[in-house]
Amino acid sequence: MSLADYAREHGLKRVGARPALLEYLAEAWKRRDFAFTMARFNSEAANARNRLGRWWTVLLPTFTALVYGLIFGVLLGSNRPDNYIPFLFTGVFLYSFISGVFGAGAGSVTGNLGLVRSLSFPRMLLPIQATIQQIFNLLPQMVLLLLTWVVFAQPITWAWVLLLPITFLMIMFSTGLALISARLTVHIQDLTKLIPFVVRIVFYTSGIFFNMEHVLKNYPLALEIEKYNPVYVFVSLARGVGVAGYTTTPFMWLAALAWAIVTLGLGILFFWKAEERYGRED
Amino acid sequence: MAEKTKAAKKPVSTKPVVVVDDVHIIYKVFSSGRRATKGATTGRKSFARKLGLREVHAVKGLSFTVYEGESVGIIGSNGSGKSSLMRAIAGLTPIQGGAVYASAKPALLGVGAVLLPNLSGEKNILLGGLAMGFGRKEMIENTKAITEFAGLEEFIDLPMRTYSSGMSARLRFSIAASRDHDILIIDEALAVGDQEFRNRSEARMREMRDSAGTVFLVSHSMKSILDTCTRVIWIEKGELIMDGDPLEVINAYNVHTGSDTID
Repeated sequence: MSLADYAREHGLKRVGARPALLEYLAEAWKRRDFAFTMARFNSEAANARNRLGRWWTVLLPTFTALVYGLIFGVLLGSNRPDNYIPFLFTGVFLYSFISGVFGAGAGSVTGNLGLVRSLSFPRMLLPIQATIQQIFNLLPQMVLLLLTWVVFAQPITWAWVLLLPITFLMIMFSTGLALISARLTVHIQDLTKLIPFVVRIVFYTSGIFFNMEHVLKNYPLALEIEKYNPVYVFVSLARGVGVAGYTTTPFMWLAALAWAIVTLGLGILFFWKAEERYGRED
Repeated sequence: MAEKTKAAKKPVSTKPVVVVDDVHIIYKVFSSGRRATKGATTGRKSFARKLGLREVHAVKGLSFTVYEGESVGIIGSNGSGKSSLMRAIAGLTPIQGGAVYASAKPALLGVGAVLLPNLSGEKNILLGGLAMGFGRKEMIENTKAITEFAGLEEFIDLPMRTYSSGMSARLRFSIAASRDHDILIIDEALAVGDQEFRNRSEARMREMRDSAGTVFLVSHSMKSILDTCTRVIWIEKGELIMDGDPLEVINAYNVHTGSDTID
């Protein structure tokens, strides 16, 4: 009798074997408290070292938005989108969340190797923990975004409530991104170098600071493609809800929903597939 | 002392808890610079040299079975594959051949693994417990006992990166040992602790073993191993040299290393 048969006969299970997907998710759900607590502690620790602490999560995107507003506002001149400040803030804040999660996810496994090598738990909790940490930052940013909308005289309507489902879908989408980037950087460390580049490219191609419909009006094909760009979809939805002069279309909602579900689903599958490989030495 | 001897002679059940079946661990590492010995790489030499990619065969087809209530000492010189094997048993490192089977999820207490260096000891206790799947309430209740066991009452609110290696090893041991594990692997984690802590933790390990838990202990302290283990496995260069009664194996090892034998 081989050792394997002997082990099986006595009810032993293979160690480190990747559990079935549902079992894996159940295990992760059981330890959700770990992800939340780790996110909270990490976020506190990160803020404690700076004098302005939590304020940075609001200050940084605001500075970014102001600088872009100044530079591109002048550059674009009369091509500036209507209601430029709320338009720009919406774009910059939402995108800073999506790109933040993408980047944080990328470092979530490779940056916590000590934990991965000493404790066994569903590794998925690491990118999820990184996402939760970014959500903590997102909340004050959302408050600030609403303030900007109010200050720049956007009519307050019930439609603003729709920002909640938009945020929710955006979080689903970003979590999927975090799971994908977490695994990719484990396989190919070089990708960490590429991430800032990717973030920049998407920033410039997603109409964060310019009105896509104006800029691309002579390129109908490009405009058609952009309709499927998830970042553009989420940003457009938020603008349609809160910035005067912009509207949402049913297509945008559908696209956002599809991106959220597909990215999260793919992310979970993709990350789970390599569960046995995280924490190796090389 | 009488109790210790009794525990060591305790009859071992025939229920297997851990089965290690022809396990191979190979690390692929990007090397740099020259190395002193030649020919350690595999056949595709030119390719390996070009990329600086070296394969290190750390564990070469080990097989053994561990039964319920045994505590197994693992000895061997530095770099013999002990830690790699332990990580494989805990399921923390991928293996390239064979398999490890276990009746429960083994918990590993390794050396050098700082949990979250920027967080305080207290927060590490909570997070470590949550990651192991314990409830928040019971971890909070246990925090005091864990801190006391580790003897770190004064420093528990400081970030773990400020701890000495001995202190962080003590904390990690205390977190892991705060609960009974069916299978606990201790990988030199006690080597840096002071004598008082070592005695306390060895007592705790015997306690765990006697409550039908299985303990693996990797150590260079033959005294620790003799005091706690019922069986010793000697590994050298990823291969099993000897497996059996602690005194016999340790004496053979001592002859090999040129130390005095123990009666």
